[in-house]
Amino acid sequence: MAPRVVIIGAGPAGVRAAETLVQAGIRPTVIDEAPASGGQIYRRPPSAIRRDPEALYGFEAKRAGNQHRTFDSLRDQVDYWPNAAVWSAHQRTLSVMTSVGPKELRWDHLILATGAMDRVVPFEGWTLPGFYTLGGAQVALKYQASAIGERPVFIGTGPLLYLVAYQYAAAGVDVRAVLDTASFAGKCRALPGLASGGRTFLKGLYYILRLRALGVQLAAGIKPVSANAGPDGSVSEIAWRDSRGRERRTACDALAAGFGLRSETQLADLCGVSFVFDPVQRQWLPGQDGEGRADVEGVYLAGDGTAVKGADAAELSGARAAHALLCDLGRAESARELKALNRRLGWFDRFRRSLELDAFPFPAGLAAGAADDLTICRCEAVTAGELRRSVRDLHATELNRAKAFTRVGMGRCQGRVCGPAAAEILAESLGVPLEAVGRLRGQAPIKPVPMTAFLDGATS
Amino acid sequence: MNDVSVAEHSQGQLRRVAATDRPRVPFTLNGDPMQALEGDTVLTAILTNAKHLRRFEFGGEPRAGFCLIGACQDCWVRQTSGASLRACTTLIEPDMQLLTESNDGA
Repeated sequence: MAPRVVIIGAGPAGVRAAETLVQAGIRPTVIDEAPASGGQIYRRPPSAIRRDPEALYGFEAKRAGNQHRTFDSLRDQVDYWPNAAVWSAHQRTLSVMTSVGPKELRWDHLILATGAMDRVVPFEGWTLPGFYTLGGAQVALKYQASAIGERPVFIGTGPLLYLVAYQYAAAGVDVRAVLDTASFAGKCRALPGLASGGRTFLKGLYYILRLRALGVQLAAGIKPVSANAGPDGSVSEIAWRDSRGRERRTACDALAAGFGLRSETQLADLCGVSFVFDPVQRQWLPGQDGEGRADVEGVYLAGDGTAVKGADAAELSGARAAHALLCDLGRAESARELKALNRRLGWFDRFRRSLELDAFPFPAGLAAGAADDLTICRCEAVTAGELRRSVRDLHATELNRAKAFTRVGMGRCQGRVCGPAAAEILAESLGVPLEAVGRLRGQAPIKPVPMTAFLDGATS
Repeated sequence: MNDVSVAEHSQGQLRRVAATDRPRVPFTLNGDPMQALEGDTVLTAILTNAKHLRRFEFGGEPRAGFCLIGACQDCWVRQTSGASLRACTTLIEPDMQLLTESNDGA
């Protein structure tokens, strides 16, 4: 019998992995939470919303179209499970909540292309209505043809900050300000490394110049102070400090914040993959052998879920994971492909370092310095002070202990949102490096599932 | 441009910027009749009409979603039937009966 190959995720990495396997005569099962392929970056609107690809994807319209056509052309050659969330993985079996109920699926080879989401640094007011992630603001526009407000402010750091602000401005939205916690000096320092990014760097520069030309206020080296609510209880203003420390206030009716991305790693964890601390991304990430193989036999890793390198790199690492799998099945011709793909992927590592370490460094001090009464875990309402008390009074020395004491990361999102900030606060309280506090262990169900998933006889 | 009025006359958090020429979808919000557009998620349907989606189960303050990609789980909304749904990943259907004032951990 042919080995059963399962790909989780139908974004840039998952699609290229599927394409590579189909070309080699393998019929993979592709499981994806979304109703259509494309992942977050090339997300397609529901069929009732008809929009021009240029309006949706800008400079990436060609790439998006290529991705969509590629996957659509594979439809008869893959078993495609859209609208399906994998909520557990144990002993080579996946538990999946599908649109027709719960299913169990055994695999012989598994490619994890689970993607990434915004990394958020909490600050006062971040749970108010009208406060969204940068990725969320982009999805509102792309997937729903809607803006998060009429007069939004974009705050945080990273390439997505300027991209989303530009997309809003291009859609005719009155963008009030783009506030970057990273300094202008850092960007100058990063220039040589950034310039190696070629086309990607030039696009970023274009977004910034366009925003400036449109008269949007751009400020670097800022510190968020608080998002303040108006009489209706939702965001009406952002208070921030400029690079000279002066407090400023900007009126707005929506906020989007993001500080880079974090990889979605829970499934690799449940599969038993060993993790390695990545100092560039400041996150424990599933380890791979340089060709996408994890240290659990039959598990392969691809895309931003392995390490955040962006969509173009995700396409390459998706193909790489598939070729590594093919090599392991004895297809010698894939070895040459692996070498070629790795040469191209090397380039992204250099560019990424300049982005993450110099141009848009994560404001670790801002996260660690959260006021005691600030909510860190928005699911369970756990404050920074409670986290610090778990260190001081209860002697928590790593994240899972702090979770047991405080419930941080125990809520419905399973630590996806609060994890990065909670780790920074814990490390600072303990006076140890970030990696020493570990990471929140993945726990099933990694996404909420109805009780029927446990009660009904799930079948494969 | 009749369709644009769906957005302009609303007191919602979200603002439609394009593709407003879609069939209307009627639903109720806390018993009041509302209109969404075909292709809206439940989140868009509610937040083009209102400022929040739910009340936080520990404290009761309003919440209006956060990540919009099915990751943060901050947009679970209760229906009058008692069932709850994740508003950012569920498309609106005609005559859905949605509640935003429940704080029972929908």
